[in-house]
Amino acid sequence: MATVETRGVKKHYGAVVAVNGVDLLTRDGEFLVLLGPSGCGKTTLLRMIAGFETPTAGELLIGGERVNDLPPRARKIAMVFQSYALYPHMTVFKNIAFPLKAQRMDKASIPKKVEWAASLFGIGHLMERKPRELSGGERQRVALARALVREPAVFLLDEPLSNLDAQLRASARDELQQFQRRIGTTTIYVTHDQVEAMGLGDRIVVMKAGTVRQIGTPQEIYHEPADAFVARFVGSPPMNLLQHQNYLLGFRPEHFLPRGTQNGKGKVSTFSFRVTRVEYLGADRLLYGLLNGAFADQKVIARLPSTVTVNIQPETNYDFTVEDKELKFFDASTELRISARPL
Amino acid sequence: MINQQVKIWGGQAARWSILGGLTVFLAFPFFWMLITAFKRTGDLYDLKHNPFVFYEPPTLEHITRLFSETHYGEWLFNTAIVGVLVVLITLVLAVPAGYALARLTGGWGEKLGIGIFLTYLVPPTLLFIPLSRVIVNLHLDDSLWSLVLVYPSFTVPFSAWLMMGFFKAIPKDVEEAAMVDGYSRLGAFFRVVVPISLAGILTVAIFSFTLVMQEFVYAVTFISSVRNMTVGVGVPTFLVHGDVYFWGSLMAGCFIASVPVAVIYNFFVDRFIAGFTMGAIK
Amino acid sequence: MSFRVQTASTANNLTRPLNRRMSIVDSERWLGPFLIGPAILYIVLLIGIPFFMALYYSVSNTTTGGGTLGFVGLRNFSNIIDTPKFQTALKNTFIFALFSQVVILLLSNALALALQKDFRGKGLLRFLMLLPWVAPISIGTIAWLWIFDSTYSVLNWTLRMLGLIQGQGFMWLGLPHLAMGSIIAVHVWRQLPLATVILLAGHSSIPKDIHDAAAVDGAGFWRHFFQVTLPLILPISLVALLFGLIFTFTDMVIIYNLTRGGPYDTTQVLASLAFYTGIAGGDLAEGAAIALFLFPLLLAVAYGFLRIAHRTEIT
Repeated sequence: MATVETRGVKKHYGAVVAVNGVDLLTRDGEFLVLLGPSGCGKTTLLRMIAGFETPTAGELLIGGERVNDLPPRARKIAMVFQSYALYPHMTVFKNIAFPLKAQRMDKASIPKKVEWAASLFGIGHLMERKPRELSGGERQRVALARALVREPAVFLLDEPLSNLDAQLRASARDELQQFQRRIGTTTIYVTHDQVEAMGLGDRIVVMKAGTVRQIGTPQEIYHEPADAFVARFVGSPPMNLLQHQNYLLGFRPEHFLPRGTQNGKGKVSTFSFRVTRVEYLGADRLLYGLLNGAFADQKVIARLPSTVTVNIQPETNYDFTVEDKELKFFDASTELRISARPL
Repeated sequence: MINQQVKIWGGQAARWSILGGLTVFLAFPFFWMLITAFKRTGDLYDLKHNPFVFYEPPTLEHITRLFSETHYGEWLFNTAIVGVLVVLITLVLAVPAGYALARLTGGWGEKLGIGIFLTYLVPPTLLFIPLSRVIVNLHLDDSLWSLVLVYPSFTVPFSAWLMMGFFKAIPKDVEEAAMVDGYSRLGAFFRVVVPISLAGILTVAIFSFTLVMQEFVYAVTFISSVRNMTVGVGVPTFLVHGDVYFWGSLMAGCFIASVPVAVIYNFFVDRFIAGFTMGAIK
Repeated sequence: MSFRVQTASTANNLTRPLNRRMSIVDSERWLGPFLIGPAILYIVLLIGIPFFMALYYSVSNTTTGGGTLGFVGLRNFSNIIDTPKFQTALKNTFIFALFSQVVILLLSNALALALQKDFRGKGLLRFLMLLPWVAPISIGTIAWLWIFDSTYSVLNWTLRMLGLIQGQGFMWLGLPHLAMGSIIAVHVWRQLPLATVILLAGHSSIPKDIHDAAAVDGAGFWRHFFQVTLPLILPISLVALLFGLIFTFTDMVIIYNLTRGGPYDTTQVLASLAFYTGIAGGDLAEGAAIALFLFPLLLAVAYGFLRIAHRTEIT
C-alpha cells in the first residue's frame, strides 16, 4: 500500500522550529495538498518525506515501512521540483532515461519505457531537444515524464506551477489533475496558492508555523474552517472577521448581501453597512466599507454577483444581511472555532 | 546647450585618452619584445637609430639562436610537464574540496572557506626557507619533482575557492533530482554536477597552469642546474651571460613564454571572474 | 486513453535491489570531510608545517650547510633590527606597497569606468590589457629591464625625441629614487589588469535600474560616481585591494630581476632581503627571521579588510 504517514514529525534548526509535530496519513491514491504561507513548514515537511532533511523527532513511513534512515533513492518516490530541475546538459530522452539508468535497468528495455512515459504526456516529438529549447509547459511535462517513468509509489511536487505565467497555470493545473487521476498514484503537493489547492486537492492540509491547522476536503476547509487562520487564508476576498467582546464573528463576502437578495429562506442577521468603495469586476462587484452599530468602524467586504443588480452608491448606508447558518464564530484568544453565540 | 555638448566631448576625450594611454602602458612591453626579437643586432644596438624602425630587414637569427644555442626549448618542455602534472593534482584535490565547501558544510564551511583563503597570507617568500631544507632532505633538490610536489600549495587553495563559486551557481535541485532518481550524493556529484561545471573546471585548470608558469621563488630556490629550469627562471637567470644580455634572443624568449598562453587564457577570463565574484560576495 | 498504471504494488519491477543502507556516500555528515580531507591534509603538510618550521628557524641558528638546529632565542631578530639594510627594506616594503596600491586604485577605477560602454575592438583591447598579468612575472620584469636599460632605453629615446630631455637620459635603475619609482611602476603594470577586471565585475553587478534612478534624480557625473557607484563596488574593490597588498608586500621577483635590490641595497624589501640572506647567503635562520616580519603585517591587513568587508556587505 502506498500511503505516506508521518508520526509526530518535528524539525529544528538550532533554535528555529520549522516543523512542530505533524501527524498525517494519506489515503492510497489521493491528491493531498500541503497549503500554507511561506515559512509554515510545508516545504520542510515535503523534503523530510523525500529524504533531503532528517527529522529531529518522529517517524516517516512510506507504504507502511519506516524510511527515516533510507536515502532518497531507496524510498520509491519521485519528485517534481519548482524549477523542474531538468538536467541541462542532457536531451529530453536522456533526462527521462536517467532514473532508469541509475537503477540499472537493462539497456534494451530503457527506450521502450522512455517512449511510454513520453507518449503519456505527448512529448514524443521533443526527445532530442535540450531543456533550454523547451517552453515552460513542455518542461513541466518532461519533469512529469521523468517522475513517472520509474513507476514510484509516491509523487512529491514542490510548487511546480509557480514558475509558469498566469494563463499557462490554469491549463497546466488541469493537465496535472487529469494525469494524477489516470495513474492513481498517491501524490503530495506543496503550494502557497489557495486557489491551486482548492482546485487540485482531494484533501488539503492547512499549515501555519510548523503545525497543522486543519485537514479536510476543499468543501470542509471552506465551509467549516477549524480556526480563524484557515478561515482567512482560504477564499478570495478573505472572510470578514469582526471583533466582538471575547469572540470573533466571521462571514464570507459572498454571503454578505443587500437585504432581500439572499437566496435561502433561513433566518438572517442584519448589519448596517456604509460602503466606501465599489470595484466593478465584471462577473462580481466588490464593495468595501465599514459597519455601523455594534461592530462600528470595522472593515468588511461584500461580493455581489452580477445577478444582484441593486444600485449601490459609495458613502451611503445600506442594510445588508447574512444567513445565520453562514455565521462562523471563533474564540478571540485561541482563534479556534466555537459554537454560535447570540449577537 | 553648448556647455552640454562640451561636457560630452570632454567626457569622450577623457575616456579615450584613459583607454589609449593605459592600454599603451600595459601592452607596450610586449610590442617592444616583438620588435626587439626581430631586429638585427647591428640595428638594435645603434644608438642613432630610431628604435621603432627597421633599418635592416627583420631577422630570425635571435629566435634560432634561442632554440639552438640555449636550453630554452628544454625549459619550455619542463614548464609544460610540471604544469600539466600540477594541474592534474590540483583538480583532484580542489574540485571535491570546492564541492564540499559549496554544499556539504554548514557553519564551519564559511570559516573553512575563509581559512583556505587565508593560506595565501603565508607566502612562498616565507615558506621557501624551510622548504628548501625539506627538499634537500627528500633528495629532490634540483629535480622538477620538487616543484610538482610544492606547487599545488598555491594552486589548490584558490582553485578550491573558485570551484566553490562555480558549484554554488548550480541550483541544488538538479542534484536532488539525481538523488531521487537513484544516485547517492557522491553519484550525483560525478554524474550531474561535474558534467555541468566542465567549463568552470577548465577555467580552473587554465588558471592553475598560468600560476605554475609564473612561479619564480620556489623554482629559483630548488633548481640549480640549467637543464632542469623552468622558463620563468631560465630566461632571467641564464640568458644573461655575465653582464652581457643578448637582448634579441631574450626578448624572443619572453614573447614566446607569455603571449600564446595569454591568448588561451583570454577565452576563460569571463568565467574566471564569475567564479571569483561568486565566491567573494555571497 | 484512460487506464490505471500499475504502481505501488508492482513498484519494484527493477532488475536489482537498491542499496538501501545509508553509506558514507549518502551521509551529509561524513561526505563533506571525506571530500575536502585530502586538500586540507595537503595544505597542512605543505603550508602549515613549513610555517612552524620557519618560526622555529627564526629562533635557531640553522644554515643551508645543514648545520645545527640550536635554539638561540631572539638573537636573530635583535641582530637584524638595527642594521640599516633591514630598516631600509622594512621602509621600502611599506613605501612600495602604499604607492603602488594608491596608483592602482586610481588607474583601475578610471579604466573600469572607461570600459563601461561597449565599442568596437573592446575584446582586443581587453586582451591587450590582460597581458601583464598573464605573462610570468619574471618575464614581464625582464622586458621592463630592457625598457629601463641605461644605454638603450626606449623611454629615454622617446623623451629625447620629444625634446623633454637632453643627453643620455635617466638612469632608471641606477639612482635610488628612480629605481624605486621604476619598481613601483612595474608593480602597477603587473596588477592593474587584475584590479580592473575585478572592478568591472563589481560594476556589472550593479542593477541598471539604480543608474537610471540616479539619472532621473539629477545626479551629475561626480556625484553619481562617488555617492552611487563607489559604495556599491566597495566590497569587491576591497577584495582586489587585499590581493594587491598581499602581492606587493610579499613579492621579491620584480626586485630580484629588476635591480637585485640595488643600487647598494636601496631597493631591497623584506622578501628579497630574506632571499639573499637565507638562500644566497646561506643563513637560513636570519632569512627566516626577516621573512617572518611579513607575517604580522599580512595578518593585520587581512584582519582589517575582513572587518571592513563584512560591514560593507550588509546590503
